[in-house]
Amino acid sequence: MQIIITTLVILVIGFIVGYALVLTDKKFHVDTDEREQAIRDALPGNNCGACGQAGCDAMAAAMFKGEAPLNGCPVGGASVAQMIGQIMGVDVEAAVPKAAFVRCSGCREVTRDQGRYVGIMDCRAAVQAGLNVTSCVFGCIGLGSCQKACPHDAIVIQEGLAHILPQKCVGCGLCVKTCPRALIELKPRDRQVAVRCMSHDRGPLVKKVCTAGCIGCGLCEKVCESGAIKVEGNVASVNYELCTQCGKCAEKCPSKVITLPRSA
Amino acid sequence: MRDTFRGGVHPAEHKELSREQPLRDFLPEGEMVFPLSMHIGKPSKPVVKKGDQVLVGQRLAEADGFVSAHVISSCSGKVKGVEKRLTLMGTMADCVVVDNDRQFTPAADYTVKADVKDLSGDEIISRVQEAGIVGLGGAGFPTHVKLKPKDPAAIRYVIGNGCECEPYLTCNDQLMRTRAEAIVEGMEISLRLFPNAEGVICVERNKPEAIAALKKAASGKAKIAVRELATKYPQGGERSLIRVIAGVDFPLAKLPADVGCIVENVGTLFAIQRAVCYGEPLYSHVLTLTGDAVKNPGNYVVRDGTIFSELLTASGGLKEGVTLKKAMCGGPMMGIAMSSLDVPIQKQNNGLTLLCEDAVEIAEGQMTACLHCGRCTTVCPMGLMPQMMADSITDGDLKRFETKLYGLECIQCGSCTYICPAKRPLMQLFKQTKTQIMARKRAEAGGKK
Repeated sequence: MQIIITTLVILVIGFIVGYALVLTDKKFHVDTDEREQAIRDALPGNNCGACGQAGCDAMAAAMFKGEAPLNGCPVGGASVAQMIGQIMGVDVEAAVPKAAFVRCSGCREVTRDQGRYVGIMDCRAAVQAGLNVTSCVFGCIGLGSCQKACPHDAIVIQEGLAHILPQKCVGCGLCVKTCPRALIELKPRDRQVAVRCMSHDRGPLVKKVCTAGCIGCGLCEKVCESGAIKVEGNVASVNYELCTQCGKCAEKCPSKVITLPRSA
Repeated sequence: MRDTFRGGVHPAEHKELSREQPLRDFLPEGEMVFPLSMHIGKPSKPVVKKGDQVLVGQRLAEADGFVSAHVISSCSGKVKGVEKRLTLMGTMADCVVVDNDRQFTPAADYTVKADVKDLSGDEIISRVQEAGIVGLGGAGFPTHVKLKPKDPAAIRYVIGNGCECEPYLTCNDQLMRTRAEAIVEGMEISLRLFPNAEGVICVERNKPEAIAALKKAASGKAKIAVRELATKYPQGGERSLIRVIAGVDFPLAKLPADVGCIVENVGTLFAIQRAVCYGEPLYSHVLTLTGDAVKNPGNYVVRDGTIFSELLTASGGLKEGVTLKKAMCGGPMMGIAMSSLDVPIQKQNNGLTLLCEDAVEIAEGQMTACLHCGRCTTVCPMGLMPQMMADSITDGDLKRFETKLYGLECIQCGSCTYICPAKRPLMQLFKQTKTQIMARKRAEAGGKK
């Protein structure tokens, strides 16, 4: 007998609560466009924040409202942009896929160690302690703050220098924000020409601390036919909109700090 | 009367290495390098150019803005130019480089004592400003700014800080022993700016000679007292001192002047006396060269811009057969680790400690996880909970660090790191996090404008 009463009580409570739920759902119903949900499903979903939004949910909402460009997801690239374009029924031109690169070639072989840093193994902490791990005050510290920040395991530290694996890098730019020396930059993925030095020191000073640094001689600027490479503040930098990837600058560079195009 | 604050640690003092060494003048021979930023605030603007002849006491760079101080030449010679040189913080910074002619010709006669009884408050402050005086306790805050609070009548105490709680350092001890009268006079001059203030010179009990000398110099002066305080680190911290003398705690966002206190290092008081009575700008100060790697530890009156390595070589260099493992500007608790000794001495530097063993390196080898023993909480002079603060940082919960645990109140004294049996680098973690939060706040404030 007892078991029947118990079952009945539970059933009655179940019906009341269930009905209350149905009513609440109807009363507080919010219309969401199913396309927004579809965009959300199309996005990679790793919530990296590289698009500038709080995460993939926020990005989907912003895209749907037209507040963010439909090709704005740097991780998804062309395929995701195309899918979102189909959902929204418009043609979307894929954004130029970007990849990060480190503007320093100062591995242990070419720079002099200056001090032995002990403490929290984090580049930002080391910079704050004011101790120069390598002789160059502009170069990579190599304690791997960028490596820890990278959600895609695309950064490795070798010989005290950060390297970015282009096949893994999605161009989210989280490492760019982390580097205390602002050494990491994003460049179009298909461009290989890159100046791997950030030293603003004059030539002789650079030579003193690193054998692979940009001395600001300006030979690359002279040899460039499209005017894409400029020396400013004793360091060369490339304008990727003008660069034709001819590779002449890399051939001419006396300290071999400009990397060659893949075809060369 | 209480003579100390809650918390604190007792690190091995090692003051015996240099405490009986009298102050010696050190006249450098090599070129002198004067960084344009030897103070908190904006770097100064150079007023000399390449080829100019300068004299001791002449201005090399002018203060740029209110919170800034002049840079004064400490040698005579020819200006080599304004160049990028390696400075203490490990970065290249603009410095005025002077080719020292070793004559040390002064720009004016600094030996005649002027009568300053009729000087008005504004004149005193302007003389301090002209002399380029900054706080010699370590932070390098321009003194003329400190002496000009919003309401001078609200200041109750002018505290002369002669605690020197930092292990190894003894130069202020020697300064107090030998220049007690000048320090007391510097205090008297400062007191004239604040009608309702009394002067208290605080010294830790481990310096009996200095206390006796100061008491003798201050006897008969109604408004000046000398207080003996317990020997404990960080007794000489600004906030610890105010806690003891005025009995008030106050948040970091406020200045000591907001609770009616002005804290000046005894070295600064001495510099004020020199500047006001003799018209001598601040170009030299006391510095202790010490550590178990040094052959002849000692106390020196050094000139700004001297290269650290030159002082070391002239003193006799390192002991034979030892390798230098750790070099610090200042003492082991608050000092800055140096990667090179070829950097210039700045106004606010008061020690060079050279050790055969790197304590941090040894500690790093023994580092373990937090034991939750709570010792860091017992020693924190600010009453914070370092262990929970560290946890919140590891969890990435900076909001909790800031609002629940008051992490920004940390004065970075290093007591928690010193006492931690698990050898965790707590202080460095807090310092880094604090900088991160402050940078974010500045960015947000900038965005609103």
